[in-house]
Amino acid sequence: MRLTVDRIRITLDRTPILRDVSLEAHKGHIVGLVGPNGSGKSTLLRAVYRSLRPADGAVRVGGDDVWTLSARTAARRTAAVLQDGGGDTTGLTVADIVALGRSPHHGLLGRDGAEDRRAVQEAIDRCGVRPHVDRDYASLSGGERQRVLLARALAQDAQLLVLDELTNHLDIRARFELLDLIRATGITTLAVLHDLDLAVRLCDHLVVLHEGVVVAAGPVLEVLTPEVLRDVFGVRAHTGRHTDGVVRITYDARPLAG
Amino acid sequence: MTVAISVGAVTVPVGDVWAIVLHHVTGAGAPPDDVALDQIVWRFRTPRVVLAALVGAALAVSGAVLQTVVSNPLADPVVLGFSYGATLGAVLVITLGGGAALAGLGVSAAAFVGAVVAGALVFVLGRRRGRLAPTRLVLAGVAVGYVFLSMTSFVQLQATPTELRTVMFWMLGSVAGARWDQVPTVAVVVLVTTTLLALFGRRLNVLLAGDESATALGVDVNRLRAVLLVLSALLTGTVIAVAGSIGFVGLMIPHLVRLSTGADHRRLLPLTALLGAVHLVLVDLLSRTLDRPNELPLGILTALLGAPFFLWLLRHNKGLD
Repeated sequence: MRLTVDRIRITLDRTPILRDVSLEAHKGHIVGLVGPNGSGKSTLLRAVYRSLRPADGAVRVGGDDVWTLSARTAARRTAAVLQDGGGDTTGLTVADIVALGRSPHHGLLGRDGAEDRRAVQEAIDRCGVRPHVDRDYASLSGGERQRVLLARALAQDAQLLVLDELTNHLDIRARFELLDLIRATGITTLAVLHDLDLAVRLCDHLVVLHEGVVVAAGPVLEVLTPEVLRDVFGVRAHTGRHTDGVVRITYDARPLAG
Repeated sequence: MTVAISVGAVTVPVGDVWAIVLHHVTGAGAPPDDVALDQIVWRFRTPRVVLAALVGAALAVSGAVLQTVVSNPLADPVVLGFSYGATLGAVLVITLGGGAALAGLGVSAAAFVGAVVAGALVFVLGRRRGRLAPTRLVLAGVAVGYVFLSMTSFVQLQATPTELRTVMFWMLGSVAGARWDQVPTVAVVVLVTTTLLALFGRRLNVLLAGDESATALGVDVNRLRAVLLVLSALLTGTVIAVAGSIGFVGLMIPHLVRLSTGADHRRLLPLTALLGAVHLVLVDLLSRTLDRPNELPLGILTALLGAPFFLWLLRHNKGLD
């Protein structure tokens, strides 16, 4: 499903966080949202999953302004894996957590049906958490938890995936596995990534946010120019396609000030 | 429950209990020969046991819901100030009984009003910019509780020794004064509210995922918290009004159920209601048999009996490590 963020403005506690931000994610594309700390990435995600209402502008998912949809309808279109992922969920098993993904599909009186069970089982298999289904979520390692939360998002059967630092605190292998998993879903994705190397590896397009403004957007090679890397991220580096066809960032060892 | 009805200051054979209850409920069988026995069983013990079950279920369910609503395992109707609000209401009426301002307001009604006022205060004070943040709610509840507690203490200073004894007994809770005419209202409120809360089971589960994740799962967390807070204040107020302030049930029973069957609220709430009911019926039974023919307040026994078992379970549960 297509995501359009159309000139949104968000102010929190009288501090402008996002100013006139627009971006677009085409169906099936993975768009990476990068920028230094405090640039407004998480705020932008909150606007997309309908947690923060922009003062101006609109977020459209599948053509509709998310604030014209009910919370439940919006959640059937957009699923998110966030950083607040279930700190005190002791007592819920992995299967229980994945099943939470079905809640937007039910009202107060709704009971789980065949479709719910299918979606949950499919998500469990896809994310490879089948061996853990009966374990307490709180007893899992960081990498396992992220897989479970991704399974919950997939069980939601949404057509837009929002990811906030999904690969934080994971070892390199777990990161790559998770990225491959996301690519394999084919779902339109907007992902906040701290690690530029991972962003380059995962994304079709990048959007660079700096002090609440989009400073660059487009295909990876066009966006991560030496100028952007210097002005936004404060590093001396260049991006290029290597002989094996992979795009890599090469960082200069000399300090920027030197 | 049959045993609970049969045992007391006077022990009634279990068979007779069935016969008498059956006669009153269905009209079947002959009226019992012994009028005194009939009085004891139908007029005093049966409403008492029914009320104990309702009160236990209500307190336990409120505790379970509040623990999730404010994301705090220590939450219960006491911590959130509801019980203190009810106590102040009751104590005011007991000590100022004839006071013109409170004329027409019985102890029960005042306790109910107190609990609901406390709930409303917690709701208003815990709110900031339309958000009901869990930590702010707990702290508001604790603060509101302290204010009501100090007001209660002040009122108690003005009370006579006889009034103080009544106050004391009320504060520790009892269903000794249960009458049939109290049962319908309490039963309707407890059954309806508990059913409603159970319907929110799936959303309560979602709340465990954290506020932002819950929002992304299509739950309006602020509205949900508000509704659940109102329902639990109503539920707590109704039962404290008839049985006094009984601590520990609301805190302990939900954890007991969670530790044994997990935190899925669709299972948790019905089982918590059941265990809360059984627990309070048993505690009430003990309260009138341990020191026959005297009665012990329920509040003393709930914690005295419940805490050791609870601690044993805590030590033997691996899930908490």
